[in-house]
Amino acid sequence: MRLLSKILRVGLATEPLAPGGDDVLRLLHEVDAQARQLFGRALAIREVDAGSCNGCELEISGLMGPVYDSERFGVYFVASPRHADLLLVTGPVTRNMAVPLVKTYEATPAPKLVVAVGDCARTCGVFKGSYAVAGSVDQIIPVDAFVDGCPPEPTAILRGILAVIGRRR
Amino acid sequence: MNLEFGLMLGGYGVGAVGALLMPGGRAGRGIAAFGMVWGGAAGLALSLQVLLGGAAFTLEVPTLLSIADGLAFRLDALGAFFLGLVGLLAIPCGVYGFEYVGAYEGRYSLRLLGAMLNMFLLTMSLVPCADNVLTFLLMWEGMSLTSYFLVLTEADEPDTIAAAGWYLAMTHVGLALALAGFLILAANATTTAFGDLRTAAASLTPAMRNTVFLLALAGFGSKAGIVPLHVWLPRAHPAAPSHVSALMSGVMIKLGVYGLLRIGLDLLGGGPAWWGALLIGLGALSAVVGVLYALMENDLKRLLAYSSVENIGLVFIGLGAGFLFLGLDATAAALVAFAAALYHALNHAAFKSLLFLGAGSVLHATRTRDMNRLGGLIRGLPWTAAFFLVGALAIAGLPPLNGFVSEWLLFQSLLPGIESRAPMVAPLMTLAVSVLALTAGLAAAGFVKAFGITFLAIPRSPAAECAHEAPVSMRVGMGILAVACAVFGLAAVVIMPALAAALAGSARLPVPVPGFGSGVSLSMPSGFARMSPTLVALGLILITGAAWLVVRLFASRWPVRVSATWGCGRVVQTPRMEYTSTAFAEPLRRVFAELYRPTQDLSIDFHPESRYFVQSIEYRSEIVPWFERYLYAPLVTRVRRWSIWVRALQSGSAHAYLTYLVIALLGLLTLLIVRPG
Amino acid sequence: MGYVLEVAQAALALALAPGLAGLIRWLKARLQNRRGAPVWQPYWELAKLFQKEVVVSSNASWLFRAAPFIVFASTTAVTFLVPILAVPLPFDGLGDLLVVVYLLLLSTFFLSLGGLDPGSPFGGMGASREMTVAALAEPTVALAIFALALAAGSTNLGQIVARTMADPGAFLSPGHLLAFGALFIVTLAETGRLPIDNPATHLELTMIHEAMVLEYSGRYLALIEWAAAVKLFIFFALLGNLFIPWGVSVVLTPTTVAVAVASLLVKLVVLAAVVAVLETRIAKLRLFRVPELLSVSFVLALLAVTSSFLLK
Repeated sequence: MRLLSKILRVGLATEPLAPGGDDVLRLLHEVDAQARQLFGRALAIREVDAGSCNGCELEISGLMGPVYDSERFGVYFVASPRHADLLLVTGPVTRNMAVPLVKTYEATPAPKLVVAVGDCARTCGVFKGSYAVAGSVDQIIPVDAFVDGCPPEPTAILRGILAVIGRRR
Repeated sequence: MNLEFGLMLGGYGVGAVGALLMPGGRAGRGIAAFGMVWGGAAGLALSLQVLLGGAAFTLEVPTLLSIADGLAFRLDALGAFFLGLVGLLAIPCGVYGFEYVGAYEGRYSLRLLGAMLNMFLLTMSLVPCADNVLTFLLMWEGMSLTSYFLVLTEADEPDTIAAAGWYLAMTHVGLALALAGFLILAANATTTAFGDLRTAAASLTPAMRNTVFLLALAGFGSKAGIVPLHVWLPRAHPAAPSHVSALMSGVMIKLGVYGLLRIGLDLLGGGPAWWGALLIGLGALSAVVGVLYALMENDLKRLLAYSSVENIGLVFIGLGAGFLFLGLDATAAALVAFAAALYHALNHAAFKSLLFLGAGSVLHATRTRDMNRLGGLIRGLPWTAAFFLVGALAIAGLPPLNGFVSEWLLFQSLLPGIESRAPMVAPLMTLAVSVLALTAGLAAAGFVKAFGITFLAIPRSPAAECAHEAPVSMRVGMGILAVACAVFGLAAVVIMPALAAALAGSARLPVPVPGFGSGVSLSMPSGFARMSPTLVALGLILITGAAWLVVRLFASRWPVRVSATWGCGRVVQTPRMEYTSTAFAEPLRRVFAELYRPTQDLSIDFHPESRYFVQSIEYRSEIVPWFERYLYAPLVTRVRRWSIWVRALQSGSAHAYLTYLVIALLGLLTLLIVRPG
Repeated sequence: MGYVLEVAQAALALALAPGLAGLIRWLKARLQNRRGAPVWQPYWELAKLFQKEVVVSSNASWLFRAAPFIVFASTTAVTFLVPILAVPLPFDGLGDLLVVVYLLLLSTFFLSLGGLDPGSPFGGMGASREMTVAALAEPTVALAIFALALAAGSTNLGQIVARTMADPGAFLSPGHLLAFGALFIVTLAETGRLPIDNPATHLELTMIHEAMVLEYSGRYLALIEWAAAVKLFIFFALLGNLFIPWGVSVVLTPTTVAVAVASLLVKLVVLAAVVAVLETRIAKLRLFRVPELLSVSFVLALLAVTSSFLLK
């Protein structure tokens, strides 16, 4: 009962998504019309950790929580890439994760999108040149958008995802 | 002499003699198969003639073995059903066997196999025709002996000889008990003809009637495979050649049901309600034990054998309900329960033999029965896989096939019992219903395992990788049974009244046979429960078709892309990564751990340098059925010890034997003096 | 006329089912203090899935491709047999409660085979767990059916509904309430809801139903997800209309049908709210504790039969 009374007391904790924050977002090409039409209302995301330090993962996990609530935009996370429409990739792609990342991309049905999150995903960050790193995400699989930051805020990640499916105002 | 009877004898005779005389190779196999099909068809024709025509067929040969009233045959409707069962299965098994035993050429004697198989079918056909005690027991023993030789066919396999030994011992124990039952039954009768036994049974004391029933239950129950007398079944059925296993599981164990019905229902005319309660209890126990051990099996044929134990348990639940209602004078309900039990026996014969023939095809292709070495066979053996799937759906009791219809009928026949006010009936019926439902669910789980692990996914061994489809005759044999599974379900409206007619007239079962619905709708005679397997099947097909069409029209036009199985990005997939048969059953193994009591043996080899490093780990877990551990193992040890003690009598010395003769003579003389005449 | 109603009933079930799943999801979101997706979100998801490419494993056979259709067909077939809007139904003679239960078992059977086919360990695990839960839930279902049939004199669904409507006092009888409790637990087990299975989990080792569908994509996934939603709808409709049948139309007129639809919606919303609160409040049970819960439901069903019998 205490749980239920707490739920009622707290009410809605979701913060509205403020506009702006385009400086950390890099769209690599025009939003595909098919993607906009198909994924406009329902987008399934499979998150792939390609060797990240988990800083970005912590921010991404905030997206599923009450404050940032990605679900209100129809954006939800799934367990299997077969169910996914968008791959959310983090981390400099380490040698060990290069093949799994490619396999995940191949396992995803078309049409598919890729958003690479974090500085490591675009430039390998502080791990650039390391013996364990195979390259940045766009050197392994085709990427549709980068979200800069180390780690980027959940709102930035959310804006990046929405931009890729053309739902940004 | 009836034409069909003569044809039946002729067919099996030609098959047996031809198999013995033919030089071997295709001709020898062909004549044996031809004999089986001919004899089976004639037997089926004879049984249909009696079932549908109504007139019993009789034949007496009093001059043969006249010391025990000679041979007498009389085929009434009840026997005709079981004869029809033999004939029905002889045909597909004969066709199947033609190519199947080709694999035995050069290794085992095909002459013996062909001859024994035809004699087996002949004696099985004659058991339901027997009209006096001698004929019955003679044919029964013939059936046991021929099947013993059939089980021994693959004598090179490690377990066969032990399996045959168990089988022989238990079938003779059963014979002895049944013989004792018959003798007590014949105490007041003039001759041992069944007609005389029937009239004399009325004058037996209740204690004698109960004894006869219990002896018949023990004797025929061991043949049927009731727990705890079932231990021969999981040994003998896998050891025999697959079409023989199909016949044994499909027909022979049903003859145990026939014996019990003949003595309990026909000759004794029913009895007190506790007979039925006992049967329900034993049936429920067999059903649960059978399916639970089937789930744990990794050997495909042993799984099917335990599943036979389960289904016989279900048949006994129906029989028990019948005897219970009969004892409570609810004769209409009793008739329905008996008919439902026989219908389940018919359906089980169809789908179990189909499954055994499918397992035989797998064995033929891969030379192994171990499910942990199979897999992916749906690609190499597409027909076998499809037929096995039909059998698996039927045995799991899924609509719209025949297994579902007979389970529905069993459920419905138990329902009146739940309302009964007689003491202990309602709880017993509730127990029976729960057991029925539990075994249905567990059987479905077991056959997802059997079909899924054997045929789906990736081959787990090189033998499974290069498996090839079965030859035509084997596919035809399986196909006939698959069609039978579908037809028996759809034709329930016709089959049930025929079965009820077969039973009506025995004991106090009402003769105007109730209807079971008409056209496509099957309903209980009371009219409250109705369903239509045909329309359900039709509906499923229509909806599947409509869904496919709609999806085709409105879904995307992307072509289907083939890719590797998703494995969390692992680099390569090996057969070690897929679920095994043991793994599939593991949750249920844990749930029922108290019943199974698996032994666990874990041995870890540490590195000699340090206990922090492990060189190898060996884990072994075994399930030994507890009745074998606590009931049979001590029994076998005791019998061995006793027989070693008795062996002292066979000293080999002529003097000792002469002494025995003198003692026996003196004993007989004393007996004659004390009780003259 | 009755046949039109049958088709309309099935169409209503197919149409409302994703909305029901969406409603439970929305309620759970609100109980988690977040806005959540709108109630009609599953419709967008299904529409999107139908337009996606289908990727099939190289190990899979024809069974993998046929299974979603068979699962969908057997679940849809049940919607023709269950009293959703009106009794008596013209298809009452086609199948009674036992046929309904076994048709659902048929869909589970093929779903498990579809999970085993690609040879993935997750699929095998899901299949094995699903069959275990289904097998252990069977006796409860059978006994609950018999408890209801005992009161009504038949396993025919229309008859059961009619009998309860005719005798309002029976609604509060212990047999009725116990059977409701037992069937409610079975509903949670069969539809893969907490505490037996978490429909929203991403951890493969905690999955039962989801693990079997990890390999499916595109239209096959859409059919399976839709079938799962329809199964949820069927169980809720059974719980609502068998135990609290008022509102179900007995005589076919436009007003009674409208009342039937309205009462159905009310029952669905109430049950969805109960399930949502339950899922928020309790945690998932370990897999090997699930049989304990199912045996509790079995005992409830046993008590239901006993009390129905004693109080007859």
